[in-house]
Parts: sequence; C-alpha cells; structure tokens
Amino acid sequence: MKKLTGAEIIWECLQKEGVDVVFGYPGGAILPTYDAMTKYPKIHHVLVRHEQGATHMADGYARASGKVGVAIATSGPGATNMVTGIATAMMDSSPIVCITGQVGSKAIGTDAFQETDVTGVTLPVTKHNYLVTKPGDIARAIREAFYIAKSGRPGPVLVDITKDAQQLTAEFDWEAAAPKLPGYRPNHRAPDSEFTRAAELINAAKRPLILAGQGIIKSGTTEEVLKLAKTAGIPITTTLLGIGAIPASSPLNLGMMGMHGESWVNEAIQQADLLIALGMRFDDRVTGNLKTYALNAKKIHVDIDPTEINKNVPVDVALIGDLREVLAEIQPQVKKADHADWWTTIKAARGDSAVRDIQTLPDNGHLYAAHVINDIWRLTQKRETIVVTDVGQHQMWEAQYFRHDEPRSLITSGGLGTMGFALPAAIGAKFACPDKDVWVVVGDGGFQMTSCELATAEQEGIKVNVAIINNSFLGMVRQWQEFFYDKRYAATPMTGPDFVKLAEAYRLSGLRCNQRSDVKATVTKTLADKKTVVIDFVVEKEDSVFPMVPAGADLDKMIRRPKQDVMLESGSDKEWEMPASPLPNVFTEKQVEAKALTGRGKSASARPAKKTAKSRR
Amino acid sequence: MAKHTLIAYVEDVPGVLNRVASLFRRRNFNIDSLTVGGTDQPGVSRLTVVVDTTEAGARIVEANLYKLVNVLRVDDLTHKASLTRELGLVKVKVTPDTRAQILQLVDVFRARVVDVDEKTITAEVTGTPEKIAKFELILRPYGIAEMVRTGAVSMARGHEPVSSAPPQVRTVTDHAHDNSGISMSV
Ligand SMILES: Cc1ncc(C[n+]2csc(CCOP(=O)(O)OP(=O)(O)O)c2C)c(N)n1
Repeated sequence: MKKLTGAEIIWECLQKEGVDVVFGYPGGAILPTYDAMTKYPKIHHVLVRHEQGATHMADGYARASGKVGVAIATSGPGATNMVTGIATAMMDSSPIVCITGQVGSKAIGTDAFQETDVTGVTLPVTKHNYLVTKPGDIARAIREAFYIAKSGRPGPVLVDITKDAQQLTAEFDWEAAAPKLPGYRPNHRAPDSEFTRAAELINAAKRPLILAGQGIIKSGTTEEVLKLAKTAGIPITTTLLGIGAIPASSPLNLGMMGMHGESWVNEAIQQADLLIALGMRFDDRVTGNLKTYALNAKKIHVDIDPTEINKNVPVDVALIGDLREVLAEIQPQVKKADHADWWTTIKAARGDSAVRDIQTLPDNGHLYAAHVINDIWRLTQKRETIVVTDVGQHQMWEAQYFRHDEPRSLITSGGLGTMGFALPAAIGAKFACPDKDVWVVVGDGGFQMTSCELATAEQEGIKVNVAIINNSFLGMVRQWQEFFYDKRYAATPMTGPDFVKLAEAYRLSGLRCNQRSDVKATVTKTLADKKTVVIDFVVEKEDSVFPMVPAGADLDKMIRRPKQDVMLESGSDKEWEMPASPLPNVFTEKQVEAKALTGRGKSASARPAKKTAKSRR
Repeated sequence: MAKHTLIAYVEDVPGVLNRVASLFRRRNFNIDSLTVGGTDQPGVSRLTVVVDTTEAGARIVEANLYKLVNVLRVDDLTHKASLTRELGLVKVKVTPDTRAQILQLVDVFRARVVDVDEKTITAEVTGTPEKIAKFELILRPYGIAEMVRTGAVSMARGHEPVSSAPPQVRTVTDHAHDNSGISMSV
C-alpha cells in the first residue's frame, strides 16, 4: 500500500470524489496541503480574496451544479472567515465541504498562533464536522464529509486537519476509508398508511394548493410535481428558494408566496382547504403570523428532514422521505380533478391585484429597479441564464420580475439572508456552468461587502455580469424605517465608490445606466464583452418592495403599492409618479403585530398626495 | 409543558456531549438534567436527558437528536414504564441535640451515612428525583451545609429491546432505507 503524506491524501480524496475545482486561501497551517497541490494539476484551485468568498463560491457551485462544492482555508482567522458562508449553506441546505488547517496536534489547547477551536465555532452551523489529528484518519473523514454533505438533507461539513497530520505519512487506502456512520440515517420512508391518507386528503380537497420549495430542485422532481398538479387540478405557489422549481410560464404556477409574494397567492393560502407542502419548511417569511396561518387547511408535509415536521406548522400528514419516491407513491392514488371553482376564485383575486405591475407603467424618465430586472429578463430570454442575487430589495424585485423557467436558474441566500453572497456565489456558479450566462443582481450595500472578489473573477478570466441596483441606501432596511420607524433613516443612506472606476481598477469593464431607455444598450454591451462587466444601475432611491406582509402580521394582510389603487379607480394608464411616501408613517412593528393590519384598507385610505419623486439623480 | 425523559445512545467520540448540549441550546430547549455514562458496549455511551417541554417539543428534540451523526439511537421513556434513579449527597449540620433525629430521618429514607464529624453528617441517598428532593426538604430545617445531585438516569422496565439490545453498529451500505429504531411519532 502506498504511503502518502496527509496533504497528499487530502488531494487524492478530493480527486476520487470527482472534485475539479476548489476555492481557497492559503496560510501557515494549511501550507503543506497547498504545497502538495502542485502534484494534482487536475484540480483547479481558485484563489479568492477573502475566505467568506471561498465558501460562497463553493455554495454557488453546489447550487448551480447539484454537486458538492469545496472550500479551503488556513486555521484561526482563515477558518473563522468561513463561518458566514458555512451558515448560509446550512440554512439553504447546500452541500459544501470545507477543509481547514489547524495548528499542530501538540499545540492544540495552548492558544498557539492562529489557533481557534474551529469545530467548536462551526458546530451549530455545520451538518457535521471533524477534527483530524492523524494522517491515517484523513481519508475517512473526507469520505464521510462528502457522503454527509450530499445525502439526506444536504448541508455543509467541515474537516479541520492539524498541520502535523498533513505532514506525516500514512497508508492511503480508499476502500478501507469507506464511511462508517452507524448513527447516520439520511434515508427515511414514511409508512404506507401515510401515503394513503395523503392521497385521500388530496382526493377530498376542494381548494388544494401546492407549496413548492427548494426540495423539488434538490430532488429534480419538477416533472413529477407538475404531473401531480395537472392530474388533480392543483395550483402551485413557490417559496423564494423554490423559484425555478416550477416554470414561471406554467399556467399552474401562481407565483411566489410570503412576505413579498403575490397577494392573491397569500389569499389563496388562507382560503385553501388543503396545503401540500413539498420540500419547503414553513419559514416565518412565508407564513406570517402562525396563529392565523392557513387555518382552513389540512396540511400534508413532504420533507426529507424529520426535524422540519411540525416545527412551525402542525401538519395532518407527514411524509418523511425523498420527494421523488413520495411522489411516485402518491401519484397513482390521486384522482383526476379540475377544481374549476377554486381556480375561478383565484383568478378573480388575481384580476383584482394585477395592477401591482409596475411594468405596465410607461417610461417616465425614472429608472426603477423592477424595470431594470424585468428588462434584463426580457433581453436575456433566449440565453441560458443563471441569476445570483444578494439580499435586500433587489432580491425581492428579482424574485418578482425575473421569470425563471428552469430549476437552479436563481441562486439566492434565502434562509440566512447573507449580504455579500451574490458576487462570490456567482463566480462559483460560473465554474459549475461555464456555458451559461451568469448575472449578479446586487445592491450597492451588499456589493461592497465582497466586491474584492472582482479580482478573483479577473484573475480567473471568469465572466459574470454584475448588475448593481444602486439606490444609495441600504434599501430594504430603509424601507422598514420608512414603514415602521417613522422614516428615521438611521445609518441607511450609503455612498459607494464610483463603481465604473472600481471595475476599471480591477481591469474589468464598468458601465453606468440611469435611464430606462439605456437598459437595452447596456445589457447588449455587457453580453458582448468577454470580461466581467460591472453595471452601475442608478435607480430611484426611495422605491419600496410591494406587496409586503409586515413582520408578524397575518399573511393576507399585505401592504400594497398605494398608487395601484389610484390606477384601478381611474382605470387610466397615465404617467406613473412615485409617491413621496408610499405609506403614512403610522406603523411601528409593535402596532403591526398587535392589531392585525388590514393592508389593503390602510394603504387605500391613507393614500398620500401625488407628488413627483424628489429623490432623483 | 411537562418533563420528558429521553435516552440517547451515542458514539463515544470527542465532542459528542458538546454536540448534544449545543443542539438543546440552538433549538431553545432547556435541559433539566443530563447524565452520561458508558454502556455494556464498548464505544457507546448513554445519555439520559430530562427536558421540560410539550409533547410536540419532545418529538422535535427526538428528531433533532437523531440528526446528530454520532447519535445511534433515541428512546423516549416518558410514557413507558421505566426506572429513574438519582444519587444525592447531603451534608447536614448537626448538634448533639439533633444528631439522633437526623440519623433517624436518614434511616427512614433508606439513605446511608457516609461521613460524620462533630458538626456534620453526610448522607448518600438514591432514588427518584422526587425522593431526593423530599429528603432535602426534610433536612433543610437543620441546615444543609452542602449538597450535590447527579441528575437522573433512566431505563425502561422489563425485557424490552430498549434496555436489553444495545444499539447495533452498522455500516453505511446497510442502512439505506432503514429507519428502524426511529420511533418518531410525527
Ligand atoms: C451581512 C448582512 N448584514 C446585514 C444585513 C441586514 N440587511 C438586510 S437587507 C439590507 C440592505 C441591503 O442593502 P443593499 O445591499 O444596498 O440592497 P437593497 O436593499 O438596496 O436592494 C441589510 C443591511 C444582512 N442581510 N446581511
């Protein structure tokens, strides 16, 4: 049997796991591994500019490809820089493996230079983690890490390896290193009786609704879900992470649910008599007030993770297991139905709210974020595109106005809501899908958190298209301040660098656009450029995301875009103006929680006087 | 809310207790008592966790424990016939006047005197947590100098597999589609 150093064993294992790219940053405690890397040219190493970037890249790679992403860092500060990226992957069930260097095994516990208890620090944000102190244990730890990361409900696994374990030699025996995990049971199967009960509920329902989550994307069951919905005449709504699971163009797809979802969808949820939750977890952003959530509905919950069942919403039937298997089991028992009345009700509600569409507003010289996003969608429809968003208003506008037809075509930090995610995750996604266009939709705030990764894109010759939705504010927080804190904009106005010059400083292309009429030319130019392009879309400063369920309020008590009512009443299509303040500043978060806010009534009655936006550049 | 007693068999590897404790912290469950010790099977430790929660909460805890990779098996003894024991050491102040009474009480509780000096008597008492609490209550008026309790350990009664069959250690390949041992009533 071949004797190899621990460092070589690491690369052998990665190669055997099929890894072709790793994202990392060197340092003393991982140096032996970097030194050994030179012997493994088949694995491409991407030098990031910050270890957080490495984890987001691994995450973006994983989400775009469905494979395991790998990030590498040194001990102490290198490893702690990874924590945000690991937590992000954990919340969104993204399979990544992080390999970190650790101080020598003899030095552990002595507060040695760059020592941190990394397994301790990452314990609550990893699916599992390892501290390896002997070269002979490395192979098994890495094999188990990959197996754990991708099986069951996927998630991040960290392997912390001491420097001496990397330096010393051991026999490398891949077979003998097969995972031995007596307690790990990723595969569940619900009892037969539960399938029968689920089918009975579906067949008896008059107003059923499918809640489609990311689990559909992870299990690749778009077709199966559509088939079920078609057979039983069931409308579908998606979560944020479920976007793309069901084509936006499918007539069965009503759109997104939740805090910034479609109002008719939330109304439908509240009226439904059966919710079929597929691979989604009833996050508070999709349920609103749990006390009033879907009280009329029986609930079927399909999830691969037993701990999700009854965590937030008590369910009538729990089907713990792989979605593909569950659907295969249920489908034959489901009777044909059309639920014409239910569809009519939903369509009526939709007709009522259709005026939300800021798209129907003619160009008035202002640049609205929603326009930018919708235009990018229109202009890139013929191309295969992955959009990676950051967190904030632009993220919600993307979800509302970019119509995703393919699974894995929207990558976004849903669970943790990590600003700074977009650019590095997009670089990871581009490595996973080099033939697709990758767009970054990012706020001016979040972009500044990880913009250093532009250097990585440049060094790697990677092309991503960065659309900065620049409103000179931490927009989403500003929106909350406007709605719930009496417009006190504490610490949300934000200046940025000249993003065009910044791009140029990185030897990349920079463009600026502040007219809707220029969007087309800008996008065309961007696509033609071989390099990464950074576009500074200078948009309306004080626009808000509508509709919105205030945190803690009932799901169907949404705040609507006030102007919409005006348009409805007049029925006219006259030039749209941004109200100075879309809402009166009467809501505090407390008040919203206390008395159920009737969104529609409030916004209609409290319609502000028409004024032209004062905040235009 | 009620006390729920959960038994977890865990692999005896470094950090496993940290993982279990961290789970309770992260999921916002309050541990009433947690004891750990070895079993008849090498490499397997056994935890008794008493947690104050609802029935639904207990299921969530159980499911979460199962999610820890090093946890081999979980049993909820709350509604099963079971034995629960705890050990207490109580050091109580004595005077020549009270010595006889205290010794009598120790006797009534079937406790054992394990140390005596001119000012104190230390008694060892084993029994249900309630019994130990009662023992403390009875001795309190005399003045308790020091006291320590171990926390509860529990075991199902009878010869059910819960207590007689130690958890099986299996390899990855043979637990595809295996959810035996998962008693989740979800
Ligand atoms: C790392 C991190 N810090 C803080 C927040 C809180 N937060 C949520 S949205 C937001 C504002 C985002 O502003 P920007 O990136 O400019 O995007 P916009 O909302 O304007 O589109 C902030 C600060 C967060 N989600 N992540």
